[in-house]
Amino acid sequence: MARAQTVSVDELKSIAKRIRRHIVQMTANANSGHPGGSLSSVEIATSLYFRVLRYDPQNPLWPDRDRFIVSKGHATPMVYSTMAEAGYFPVEDLMTFRKLGGKLQGHTIMQKPPGVEMSAGALGMGLSFSLGHALAGRLDGRDYHVFCLLSDGDCQEGQTWEAAMASAHHRAENLIAIVDRNHIQNDGFSDYQRFPDGNGSRPQRPGGWVLKDGHTANIMNLEPLEDKWKAFGWSTQHIDGHDFEAIIRALEAAKTHTGGPSVVVCETIKGKGVSFMENNPDFHGKAPSPEQLEQALKELAD
Amino acid sequence: MVRTARSEATRTALGPTLVRLCREGLDIVCIDADLGYSTSAVKFGQEFPERFFPVGVAEQNMIGVSAGLAACGKIAFCSSFAVFAPGHCFDQLRMAVGQPQTNVKLVASHGGVVTGEDGASAEAIEDLALMLSIPTFRVIFPADVVEAEQAIETAARTEGPFYMRTLRPKTPVIYDDSGYRFQLGRWDRLRDGSDVTLIACGELVKAALDAAEILAGEGIATRVLNASSLRPIDREALLGAARETGAIVTAEDHFVHGGLSGLVAETLAEENPVPLAFIGMRDRYGTSGTWEELLEYFGLTPQAIAEAARGVMSRKSQ
Repeated sequence: MARAQTVSVDELKSIAKRIRRHIVQMTANANSGHPGGSLSSVEIATSLYFRVLRYDPQNPLWPDRDRFIVSKGHATPMVYSTMAEAGYFPVEDLMTFRKLGGKLQGHTIMQKPPGVEMSAGALGMGLSFSLGHALAGRLDGRDYHVFCLLSDGDCQEGQTWEAAMASAHHRAENLIAIVDRNHIQNDGFSDYQRFPDGNGSRPQRPGGWVLKDGHTANIMNLEPLEDKWKAFGWSTQHIDGHDFEAIIRALEAAKTHTGGPSVVVCETIKGKGVSFMENNPDFHGKAPSPEQLEQALKELAD
Repeated sequence: MVRTARSEATRTALGPTLVRLCREGLDIVCIDADLGYSTSAVKFGQEFPERFFPVGVAEQNMIGVSAGLAACGKIAFCSSFAVFAPGHCFDQLRMAVGQPQTNVKLVASHGGVVTGEDGASAEAIEDLALMLSIPTFRVIFPADVVEAEQAIETAARTEGPFYMRTLRPKTPVIYDDSGYRFQLGRWDRLRDGSDVTLIACGELVKAALDAAEILAGEGIATRVLNASSLRPIDREALLGAARETGAIVTAEDHFVHGGLSGLVAETLAEENPVPLAFIGMRDRYGTSGTWEELLEYFGLTPQAIAEAARGVMSRKSQ
């Protein structure tokens, strides 16, 4: 059966650029959507679909496929763009995103189109669902791996930690969580690490601030995030989430880990690749204007 | 009183029925949130430990893990107390089960005020309303342990989301040796009559039968329907009751809003608005006491049902 293609890092970079162009175009075309957290996870998704995952776009429900389960269900521009590039459906379908009668809803719907593993959009649900896939794989004697992509917001939901505890308890060694740690969420900055005017030191006001632009900083501190996963019994890695070689190395290492689940915390930049979107909470859930789209496409040109 | 041979808690049907069905080859798994002894799910775990997945006291995770297992082809049964599931995990039931229609069956025990001594926090009287609000869930509230076993088998053999409510106390068995077979969307006519219809679910089916006995002593011919299948409802039986008896009383151990009473009222308001009365919980929560005391205290009794029947009959248009 089909496996992920083997492509060079240079080719991965070129694919990632195409995916980024899709992301800004489809959100601009829909005049809504979530470009920021899609752009932050492009290298993660590209590495998975073009180097790591075992799958067959002609047979999306192949029982032995590796699973890529996206808990951050608002990141549909990334999900659909990557799937289109991987051959699940025509790239032209991306322009039906968020349209009545289109195939691609604003948040993910399980198996619509086929290959989308999970209905998501309410954060915190992906890791539990992934653990279910992992337990089923073990029960059925299948050797697939389950990769679950989590956001900062996912890591604030209690259910994620219920699932983290249960995954270690059940020694789900075929389960790999990936945190797209871009430090930004709907209302602003998750924590002081990316406070734009700060220097990375701990804030004086634990409750956070309202910044000049109206965004909130320190919405909910997640640090020390890697230590939290460790304390829940997970094997951890902490990498640059835009470095293809680091991502592929970390995911392959996680696949060979035995005895329990693994997590790869990926440090990423929200809005990565488009200057005015980078580290800007405005583009968590806002589409670029036509002028901004033009600028973005210029920056993302080959 | 209508005599019954024995009493048994409907919750005891779960584990043994799942063991039987798994032995028959159904690909069942069981996900449990630390109440397996109370829901009887642990009996499945003792027989099939590799198919039994405890998740601790974590109902949200229980539903998510169940949905994941179901997405891989398993028939995923999960169980808890009804105050915890759906109580703790409505959004998980909506997102991971209801919308994608994963093959998850939630069997929640300790429904209703008859949970008893544990008091208000333990007595789920909103669970049916919550589950009926998700349109893809089939919702069942069996009248006794015999029907509970049959309903569990129906849920296991029918693709898609199910919610089933079971009860803590030993309630009277009404279907022993009756040859009855539970069917989705069918309300069993336990007694026929043309003056008034009593529609009940769960343990109040027995109360409705007793009310019909009381009314028979007054010369009133009473139809009794067991509305164990709350979704789908039995429209034919309901509309037939409205047409042929012209007056209906519902009885449920649940808030009258959003449960059986609501279903009956919504359907008849559009189709045939005959006089209705609702026996159920209204605007207040339960309390501690024995289950039989609580049924008396909250007026979920044959006497109250009979009184309501006289009331709706007096409102029939001549």
